[in-house]
Amino acid sequence: MHEAGLMQAVLEIAFAKTHDAGASRIERLKLRVGDLSGVVPEALQFAFEAASPGTAAQGAELQLERVPAECWCERCGLDFRPHDIIYACPRCGEISRQIETGRELELVSLEVS
Amino acid sequence: MCRDCGCSPGSSTTEHAHGHDLAHEHGHAHEHHHQGDSAVHDHPPHAGQGRTLSVERSLLEANDHQAWHNREDFQQKGVFALNLMSSPGAGKTRLLERTLDELSAKLRMAVVVGDLQTDNDARRMQGRGAPVVPITTGTMCHLEANLVHRACHQLDLAALDVLFIENVGNLVCPASFDLGEAARVVLMSVTEGEDKPFKYPPIFKLADVVVLTKLDMAEAAGFDVDLAVKNIRDVAPQAELVQLSARSGVGLDAWYDFILRGVAERKHEVEEQTAAVRQ
Ligand SMILES: Nc1nc2c(ncn2[C@@H]2O[C@H](COP(=O)(O)OP(=O)(O)OP(=O)(O)O)[C@@H](O)[C@H]2O)c(=O)[nH]1
Ligand SMILES: [Mg+2]
Ligand SMILES: [Zn+2]
Ligand SMILES: [Zn+2]
Repeated sequence: MHEAGLMQAVLEIAFAKTHDAGASRIERLKLRVGDLSGVVPEALQFAFEAASPGTAAQGAELQLERVPAECWCERCGLDFRPHDIIYACPRCGEISRQIETGRELELVSLEVS
Repeated sequence: MCRDCGCSPGSSTTEHAHGHDLAHEHGHAHEHHHQGDSAVHDHPPHAGQGRTLSVERSLLEANDHQAWHNREDFQQKGVFALNLMSSPGAGKTRLLERTLDELSAKLRMAVVVGDLQTDNDARRMQGRGAPVVPITTGTMCHLEANLVHRACHQLDLAALDVLFIENVGNLVCPASFDLGEAARVVLMSVTEGEDKPFKYPPIFKLADVVVLTKLDMAEAAGFDVDLAVKNIRDVAPQAELVQLSARSGVGLDAWYDFILRGVAERKHEVEEQTAAVRQ
């Protein structure tokens, strides 16, 4: 895992945004973490707690929004959320190769003051 | 080791001066919404006078951007680039040693190899008719596109047919980092347990080809090949499947065929590009 490095990237973006907005404190960071992103939310939280003290993000709330995998069925066109890792279409049984969401790893927004 | 691998995909971000950011996006135009339906926390907004700033930035943006450039470079120079990923010891280096030995009469190849501390793997692959560039990754748990880009400065890409990129032995992290490859190869050996694809779905879901290695040891390891094949097909239906042993040589033809097809496709693309330019 490389959550520490990712968190560094999050904070760099966040500090720049906060500065540009003329704010000095970050109260909340909202991240979007896909189930297929290869990142463990708990490890991100841990990395945040290690990296934020003494910065503008000290004491901020890290809000992690999980994004489940969502597929599109090539055979029948159905958009669906697979309930297991096989990604079989619940309508026609075709195994999907079209992963629409689930790889996200994004800083969505900040709450600053 | 992973917690402090120190990679920081955003830190080298140079603001995009040119306008192809959207080209990173592919796939069709379905709209999707993430409105909190799966939010882990869903607190009401703070009572304070906080302002909300919209950011909407991918944390992998810097890597994706560099990967986009690598891919374009490989395409223009007609190189078929493969990213080889597996858990430690699944047999990436051994397979490449043998591939270099057996295809160097037919193809111009090179290897870029990520190695934690030593250049052992690089040394093993040297002297087989192909340049080998080591990338010392230290404690890093995966290769990133900029490291590959830098290693490629030591190669004459235009004089190559194939570039093998041996990633760091790890089935988790490499899945998040596009290197600009044309083909993602995931290896799994018969000493690992048939359920590997279920334990590491993201990397298997991304694979263009899954290579089941060390087939010569299957019986001794009590490995159920049929079950493993079923599991791979369930989790990675998009991938070709190759079963081989780099020791006995069984199944290598299918692997070589995959490479040769990739090279042929690349050449075809380059011819079309040149034809289009001439018109
Ligand atoms: N019996 C048998 N042994 C193999 C085969 N392929 C690799 N090995 C052995 O497995 C061990 C690990 O192989 P490597 O090729 O070094 O594996 P790797 O994936 O490059 O390992 P890392 O770079 O450390 O992640 C070595 O001792 C190889 O000789 C095979 O097909 N059959
Ligand atoms: Mg190796
Ligand atoms: Zn990692
Ligand atoms: Zn369907």
